[in-house]
Amino acid sequence: MKVDLITSLYVFMLAAFIGFEVIRRVSPLLHTPLMSLTNALDAIAVVGAIIIAGERKTNMSTILGTIAIVAATSNVVGGFIITDRMLKMFKASKAPKQ
Amino acid sequence: MIASEHLIEITSLIATALFILSLKWLSSPATARRGVWAGEIGMVLAIAGTLLHHGIVDYKWIAIALVLGAIIGVPLGNVAMTAVPQRTALSHAFGALCVTLVGTAEFYLRTPEVPRFTMSVLSLEVILGSLTFTGSLMAAGKLQEVLPQRPITYKGQNVVNLGMLAVAIIIAVLLVLDPGRTALYPVMIAISLAFGVMLIIPIGGADMPTVISLLNSYAGLSAAAMGFVLDSKLLIVAGALDGASGFILSVNMSKAMNRSFTNVLFGAFGQVQTTAAATQEARPVRSATAEEAAAILSAANRVVVVPGYGMAVAQAQHRVRELYDALTKRGVDVKFGIHPVAGRMPGHMNVLLAEADIPYDKLLDMDDANPDFPQTDVALVIGANDVTNPAARNDASSPIHGMPILDVDKARTVMVIKRSMSPGFAGIDNPLYYLDNTLMLFGDAKAFVGGIVRELSGASAAHGS
Repeated sequence: MKVDLITSLYVFMLAAFIGFEVIRRVSPLLHTPLMSLTNALDAIAVVGAIIIAGERKTNMSTILGTIAIVAATSNVVGGFIITDRMLKMFKASKAPKQ
Repeated sequence: MIASEHLIEITSLIATALFILSLKWLSSPATARRGVWAGEIGMVLAIAGTLLHHGIVDYKWIAIALVLGAIIGVPLGNVAMTAVPQRTALSHAFGALCVTLVGTAEFYLRTPEVPRFTMSVLSLEVILGSLTFTGSLMAAGKLQEVLPQRPITYKGQNVVNLGMLAVAIIIAVLLVLDPGRTALYPVMIAISLAFGVMLIIPIGGADMPTVISLLNSYAGLSAAAMGFVLDSKLLIVAGALDGASGFILSVNMSKAMNRSFTNVLFGAFGQVQTTAAATQEARPVRSATAEEAAAILSAANRVVVVPGYGMAVAQAQHRVRELYDALTKRGVDVKFGIHPVAGRMPGHMNVLLAEADIPYDKLLDMDDANPDFPQTDVALVIGANDVTNPAARNDASSPIHGMPILDVDKARTVMVIKRSMSPGFAGIDNPLYYLDNTLMLFGDAKAFVGGIVRELSGASAAHGS
């Protein structure tokens, strides 16, 4: 378990570095879709909720897990829909010049 | 059983790669939609993989919850573009709620035998999750205007807030030392929930871009902490990406508002400055009619439109699009200069203009727009105020001194559409309005821009006949 913990810390550190490098390159033009997209991706927390709800260890954990699935799924569905709606609106000029 | 474990690991791994690609493709509008697809595929893979988990004994509640979540998610994905900031705040709240609930379930399942490190990250997860949950609900309420937008401040606010946070952390430490003290757990949650409310109370509408970004970062970090508790690398990566994104946006926003980062972190923003206001009495300003404005605009070669949140409030973006069309047809080069904090969240103004069908290559951010102003014939300010205030550049006594602004005053002619001479939200007088090259266009943004468009099309019709 101890070893896994260190691995997890490495994963977190590397992901944070990748996050900084990748997100710095996102055009300010798209900062709103960026936020809605990262929000949708963040809702991957639903996988934790699914396991808690599905294991049915206690009534409390099942209820909490089920509510958590609802909350996260609404983010997944809503987040992807609105991000795509926004990105569809960004169009270049018909005859780009300059 | 072993095979399914491997399958879960592999789907998680692929999902992680797809998530990173998803954000990478968001770097330009040309590839951005591919990014959404990558994210969607990753998400479906990860969820499908998780459903194979051997510990799951009952799918009934999972299925009901997934369907219910989708039913709630669809309308949340279809809100009007002006409502995107409050929708985003609400989704931060939902994300944080999920993380807090899972953390709570984990705590009660594992207590009293929780390893110290796990209990530490679990505490971090639920403290951040709880404060992000209520904080985001407050932010959404303010943005939706169901709560008063005016910042509420009182003496010793920071002491109270930091005190609450300190108590929550002390309880967390006690729980780490002895996870069997289950009675303390609800207290920690309650204080964190209250702290989230207190954190947002002193924040006004103009500071919302910073706050939303900050809550975004907290939501990401709490999800990453949850990844540590559940030992899910996928969740750690997703949380770290979200946390990094929110952090970068918060730093951007705080720079654009000229606030130090510690100032942002401790939520000490939103104080209404009232100092420099009372100086100007009745200084003369020059005003112009829609007809005069149309004549000047049509004679220009280069026009830069500077939109602010006032434009969105007046729902004027489609009129602005008509103005863009009318001027472009006459061979006028029209661009848009967009301040990072124009709108109620980072990038909001770009979305509103894109929705009005303005090509994105005409939308310039502040650093690209500023060098152009000296060669610009007309800078047309619509519903923006403080972000064009030259006092930020040259008056050290101004409360907004040092804030980066759009240098509209360097254009040959500045036109400002404004309802009246009353100072803006921050109560700071804007010397821009008294400059010799400034024309004030008094009226409602939508009506006035509509008036200019009518003049332009009327004039072109007259030319044609």
